[in-house]
Amino acid sequence: MSEVIVVTSGKGGVGKTTTSANVGTGLAAMGKRVVLIDTDIGLRNLDVVMGLENRIVYNLVDVVEGKCRIKQALIKDKRHPNLYLMPSAQTKDKTAVNPEQMVLMVNQLREQFDYIILDCPAGIEQGFKNAIAGADRALVVTTPEVSAIRDADRIIGILEANNFSKIDLIINRLKYEMVKRGDMMSAADVVDILAIGLIGIVPDDENVVIATNQGEPLVGNGTLAGKAYQNICYRVTGKEIPFMEFEKGVSFWTRVSGIFHKN
Amino acid sequence: MRIKNFFIRRKSREVAKDRLKILLISDRVNCSPEMMEMIKTDIAKVISKYMKIDAESMEIQISKTDSKGRDKTPTLYANIPILDLHKNIN
Repeated sequence: MSEVIVVTSGKGGVGKTTTSANVGTGLAAMGKRVVLIDTDIGLRNLDVVMGLENRIVYNLVDVVEGKCRIKQALIKDKRHPNLYLMPSAQTKDKTAVNPEQMVLMVNQLREQFDYIILDCPAGIEQGFKNAIAGADRALVVTTPEVSAIRDADRIIGILEANNFSKIDLIINRLKYEMVKRGDMMSAADVVDILAIGLIGIVPDDENVVIATNQGEPLVGNGTLAGKAYQNICYRVTGKEIPFMEFEKGVSFWTRVSGIFHKN
Repeated sequence: MRIKNFFIRRKSREVAKDRLKILLISDRVNCSPEMMEMIKTDIAKVISKYMKIDAESMEIQISKTDSKGRDKTPTLYANIPILDLHKNIN
């Protein structure tokens, strides 16, 4: 049975595309048949993060407009034979596709893939509506900052209003040192505020920038972020993976000092 | 006093959390902070007709979840400290 997952956040720049690339690649590495769809028409980026920008011939809008078959627009990944990318159009705008067309295309892809991952554009306009239309579940990405959390809350409200039953939270770019100092909200704080299930915490890691520079997703390699994405992939498939010690964001010292700072 | 403030400076994490909690209450019910303020002023006016209240420390909020975090119909909570219960009604 296939599952359509939309990766969304509301706010831009919190890591939707990086998350899509890594979750898609991680699932493919586990032997699943995966297709990543970039739904950000006019501002495509998933192709560069995946390092597949030189292979684009047809795109999402071409498929929707009937200029090519779905298969012609799918780019096979360099690393995993069961991973494909459907790039977005760079020259069109968001109104080139409507939600009905999106649902139609996604449903056709269900036959060939286990996971269909939709990388959603920022905002809550047409592009967002297109991306959520065909999805079964959502991964909401946020960073531990007030602006990102506020937007995530709005997105969660819209997803709930659209009867999404599976909405999971990914907290990205958590800086443990800052949390320890009391200068950044902890994962527990964010979960407390947003009140949805947590599926992963990705620490702030320079390796993410390096990986993006190289067009190589870092899921599953030895880096902290790579491990965190790997764990998210396992949890997406339904495996219970305990959160890594650092993911809790509670150091020995905060535990000790907590005794003196009971509020 | 300054030195004391320096030592008990509130962590920005706590400030962020508190600000978000208040902000999201109004976001979630689609009700602006200005409108909440107007509701608050009007409630204070009405109650003041019958008893003496502390309008300064009065708080109102709309909640969509109960104490156990479950969804319910949005409910307006008002916390109005009464200074004198038996104000003479003119």
